[in-house]
Amino acid sequence: MKSGKLSTAARREQNWGYLMVAPTIIGLVVLNVWPFIQTIYASFCEHLGFGHYKFIGLDNYINMFRDSDFWRATGNTLLFCILTVPVGIFLSLMVAILLNARVSFKSGFRTIFFLPMVCAPAAITMVWRWIFNSEYGILNQILGTRIAWVTDSRVALISCAVVAIWSAIGYDAVLLLSGLQNISKSYYEAASIDGAGKITQFFKITLPMISPTLFVTMIMRLMTSLKVYDLIYMMVEETNPALTSVQSLIYLFYRESFVAGSRGSGSAIAVWTVLLIGIVTVFQFIGQKKWVNYEV
Amino acid sequence: MRKKSMENSKRMGKIITYAALIFGSIIMIFPFVWMILTSSKTVSESMQIPPTIFPSRIMADNFAEAIASLPFLNMYINTILMIIFRVIFAVLFSSMAGYAFAKLRFKGKNFLFGIVLMQMMLPSQIFIIPQYQMVAKLGFANSVAALVFPGLVSAFGTFFLRQSYLAIPEEVGEAAYLDGCNQWQTFSKIMFPLTRSSVAALTVFTAVFAYSDLMWPLVVNSDLKMMTLSSGLATLRGQFSTNFPVLMAGSLLAMLPMVILYLIFQRQFIEGIAMTGGK
Repeated sequence: MKSGKLSTAARREQNWGYLMVAPTIIGLVVLNVWPFIQTIYASFCEHLGFGHYKFIGLDNYINMFRDSDFWRATGNTLLFCILTVPVGIFLSLMVAILLNARVSFKSGFRTIFFLPMVCAPAAITMVWRWIFNSEYGILNQILGTRIAWVTDSRVALISCAVVAIWSAIGYDAVLLLSGLQNISKSYYEAASIDGAGKITQFFKITLPMISPTLFVTMIMRLMTSLKVYDLIYMMVEETNPALTSVQSLIYLFYRESFVAGSRGSGSAIAVWTVLLIGIVTVFQFIGQKKWVNYEV
Repeated sequence: MRKKSMENSKRMGKIITYAALIFGSIIMIFPFVWMILTSSKTVSESMQIPPTIFPSRIMADNFAEAIASLPFLNMYINTILMIIFRVIFAVLFSSMAGYAFAKLRFKGKNFLFGIVLMQMMLPSQIFIIPQYQMVAKLGFANSVAALVFPGLVSAFGTFFLRQSYLAIPEEVGEAAYLDGCNQWQTFSKIMFPLTRSSVAALTVFTAVFAYSDLMWPLVVNSDLKMMTLSSGLATLRGQFSTNFPVLMAGSLLAMLPMVILYLIFQRQFIEGIAMTGGK
């Protein structure tokens, strides 16, 4: 390397390197890098049909920022995150702690909580729509209410959040459980000898020790929530009166790009979503310094 | 005395733990049970107030109706083929690239790996319009190939398998080299078999992800015969908006294969998905 010339063996190694990464890199360039550039370009264009675009400058963005549906979708997406992430992570942590206790039938419980993860969201939301059905749904029958869980614009997003939390609990709990299992038992023994109760132990040992895993799990949950689409799409069809108070950014993106066919403004929504995810991530990483403990 | 009260509180703790776990399990299982029960009811029975818990008789009519209105056989085949091809491509190409990124020295490695990381950080929707245009332009919309298309390479798989190649000590490769293996032989005969558990995890992850994916199959294959189980269900929802027994039967049909696989290989599934997500 230093002399600028490689030995035969090193050159051979380099050639093998290029050869072995070639399929992946070529694939990524064709399927992702180039499309990424095209989407950014298309966001400044009007789609004329058949893949032809005309440059129109910032018009898509100006129209987007003037569109109340767009702001509602942004708000819905953020609200969806606020509804799902804290509650979901809290419940998952509870499940993980319960599973970490010495219980029999542990793997059975784990299998049950994890089950929604292997079911397509399209199938899962179908039964939830039935449970939530305002006239004949079992939930209203049990509660003795007549709430329109998926068509009332005031509660529809909450209903979607419930399904999202229910779907993800097992997954997040399994991740957190692996973090809990890494905490050495000796900490708890020492704390017990010092007379610390279970609750003190939780706040002084469990929480700080698990904070790195908690952070990773939270980031992943947040990312998934910001990109939510399939669940809301299946719960709230386009003719649903609650649509505008539930539709997420990616749902709006889908409708704009593939239902309305305006791929220019659709691309602008996609670019905006990427920016939003970037901003939220940066805040998360700044915030983590305050509570995540990497000392261990 | 003190010992006894401690034992009592321990027993109380145990009871609370079990009660909470059982309560949670009921909430997790109930939708599935309700789906099964409803799928056997007639429409009028499903709309009875107060509702019946158990169907008056076990019947397969709803399943027959779901199968009659959707080409389930095609949907199964499309989904299975999509999964098989995506898994093969993801495992093959990601193993090769993961090995090269972890073990080989070549110029521009960091830059190329940066492309991998960039893809992982961006949401897939930012690529979807141009990807769709490529498929449309090349004229293979409404095909299995179209379903597989965005999954030909896997940035995540590359990143994930690179980790497991990094965990293999350098001595293993050196020993193979001294035995006269070239890079390809070292990779395929010595290194690749060592990553078995990671490859299994990637397989599970890729399969579940492809199976759940909704937007891409919906966009690219509009022909009913070329739909996946997920996108087909979305269509069924439109057809039978109030006939919930048929919708439940259809959902069950779509879910069953994956659930059965999961129940057989539950440890591999859970560990696979947790491994790919965690670290």
